[in-house]
Amino acid sequence: MVLGKYLDIMTVKTTDKTLQKYSQDGGIVSSLLIHALETGVIEGAIVAMPTDEPWNPEPYVATTPEEIIAAAGTKYVLCPLNNALKIAARENGLDKIGMVGMHCLTYAVRKMQLYPFGARHLPNKMALLLGIFCTENFSYTGIKAIVEELHKVNIEHVQKMDVSKGKMIVTSNMGERVEVPVKLTHSYVQPGCYICPDLTARTADISTGSIGSPDGWSTVMPRTKVGKDLFQSAVDMGLFETKPIDPGKFGMEMLTRLAQNKWDRSEKTRAERAEIGLPNPF
Amino acid sequence: MSPFWKKEKKSDAENIAEMQTASPAAAEEKTDAAQPEITVKPAEAEAEVKEMAAAKPKVLTAVMSGCTGCLISLVDNYDILLDLLDAIDYRYETTLADVRQIPDDQMDIAIVHGSICLQDKRQVDDIRKIRQNSTFLVAMGGCASSGCVTRYSVGGQAATPSHESFVPVANLVKVDFALPGCPTGPEVIANTILAAVGADLEYLKPLAELAGFACGCDLLTKIIGNGLCIGCGTCAMSCPTRAIDMDYGRPHVNQELCIKCGACYAQCPRSFEPTFEMIEKRVMGVE
Ligand SMILES: Cc1cc2nc3c(=O)[nH]c(=O)nc-3n(C[C@H](O)[C@H](O)[C@H](O)COP(=O)(O)OP(=O)(O)OC[C@H]3O[C@@H](n4cnc5c(N)ncnc54)[C@H](O)[C@@H]3O)c2cc1C
Ligand code: SF4
Ligand code: SF4
Ligand code: SF4
Repeated sequence: MVLGKYLDIMTVKTTDKTLQKYSQDGGIVSSLLIHALETGVIEGAIVAMPTDEPWNPEPYVATTPEEIIAAAGTKYVLCPLNNALKIAARENGLDKIGMVGMHCLTYAVRKMQLYPFGARHLPNKMALLLGIFCTENFSYTGIKAIVEELHKVNIEHVQKMDVSKGKMIVTSNMGERVEVPVKLTHSYVQPGCYICPDLTARTADISTGSIGSPDGWSTVMPRTKVGKDLFQSAVDMGLFETKPIDPGKFGMEMLTRLAQNKWDRSEKTRAERAEIGLPNPF
Repeated sequence: MSPFWKKEKKSDAENIAEMQTASPAAAEEKTDAAQPEITVKPAEAEAEVKEMAAAKPKVLTAVMSGCTGCLISLVDNYDILLDLLDAIDYRYETTLADVRQIPDDQMDIAIVHGSICLQDKRQVDDIRKIRQNSTFLVAMGGCASSGCVTRYSVGGQAATPSHESFVPVANLVKVDFALPGCPTGPEVIANTILAAVGADLEYLKPLAELAGFACGCDLLTKIIGNGLCIGCGTCAMSCPTRAIDMDYGRPHVNQELCIKCGACYAQCPRSFEPTFEMIEKRVMGVE
């Protein structure tokens, strides 16, 4: 099953006005992190925090709702969140760590939990992994080139970036909106993404992304007991508005098709690599 | 399942043949034929239980040239240490028990920590003897698996100035499973021992590939150099000397700080990939 194992799937959005403003899609990630923090499920969360260099975030151990909100929104750029795992445990002294991440980040955490060669006593400190859907990512120079050369917007003036319906959309802080076909950005994609098999972050406790739900809403998939319980308690407290996911063309069908495409792209790339004698992960 | 350490290694052809006989049709035939044999007498069952208890794998741990930090790491499994010790028949330990002579009896699992000093005849003899007398040899920690910090020893030091060549165990004898890291994590040691006890070959398989020279530059040559890096920062997180900085989404290794422990490459999600099924079952608790 290309979507991995999940306990439930639905269309969701936050009821919090602030989060609706700052979040990327349905505000799921930030709401859940704040809720987990406030209910003691986690003591802090590793997020992608903006820095002085626009659109070049760095890993940050957020321990307050304000910090989590400050990190809301998608940055289409590499941010080595896993590097902050030990900082969270040793410097912040957290016993219950939360983290957000695409497939590759959450998968690396799971591998670390299974084989902690260089991660003494970290496996049991991972309390919550929130997964975000992902098709590909870019280096900082890559995304800068895309917005400055294709969208013709200075990266310092970019307010929001989004990928939707085959377009990469950049909104400037002057309110200007520029769209470019995603196809044109492909030559900037980080090479390692092409063998990535997993769209929906199947190793997370809860996965979320925009695919499959209308604008301003998110698709949400609780996968583990931890994830399901946290999500349910957030719904019970009125933090989310939920509705069944559309089974049709723009809902489940699209999600499944895009996940299958990514799986196939990975298989194909791995086969091509093998053919020219390049090693794949073993 | 018969215990892993008792299993003879089979050729691919034999494995395939075994899988084929395990097909549903073959299984059905077997159960039919096997049915009358189910009546086991209580005394026999008891004997069988006893035999199973006696079948705990015999384990040895031995230190070569190292700081014994990896042994401390094993002990650092406090929560489950007693369970761990209960799962094995712990026969020999050089550091905790003051014994010197590697025993002559056959071991199921030999766990070696520390690199081998080529000028130390005793170590060379010992590692050869350990290899000969054991079914599986585990190189526990950086020194045993890759040489780690002992790689920097170049001799001329008191009290044995001629001791200058410190090499990974795999340079002298075959290593079955290696656990990189300085020290290697307590939990990965526990997982490995329990996997060996529980015949969990899926867990052990990638560890077979991790023995031998290691360096932070493996990230350059094997990961980035093969177009595999995805900028997750796991390598930097795992480095015991903080030799790795993440620079615009790629690891930058400070060679002055790298002690060649091998943790970064082993920990990288793009060196070996555990299956989704294993992660779901063993870490996420979903079936
Ligand atoms: C590189 C990338 C590619 C994506 N591709 C897709 C896609 O193809 N289809 C799809 O449906 N969704 C995709 N998403 C997810 C989507 O853009 C939203 O992040 C997701 O729906 C969560 O929205 P939200 O409103 O719930 O989260 P928010 O409340 O806005 O929170 C977003 C969280 O993501 C973290 N974050 C932001 N950027 C990064 C980053 N680079 N690395 C790690 N964490 C980060 C933030 O710190 C924040 O905690 C992608 C996300 C990223 C980072
Ligand atoms: S495509 Fe895969 S490897 Fe690339 S950023 Fe997304 S999850 Fe990571
Ligand atoms: S860079 Fe760090 S983790 Fe990698 S081999 Fe060197 S010391 Fe070990
Ligand atoms: S651990 Fe992550 S950042 Fe480091 S080399 Fe591997 S993929 Fe790249």
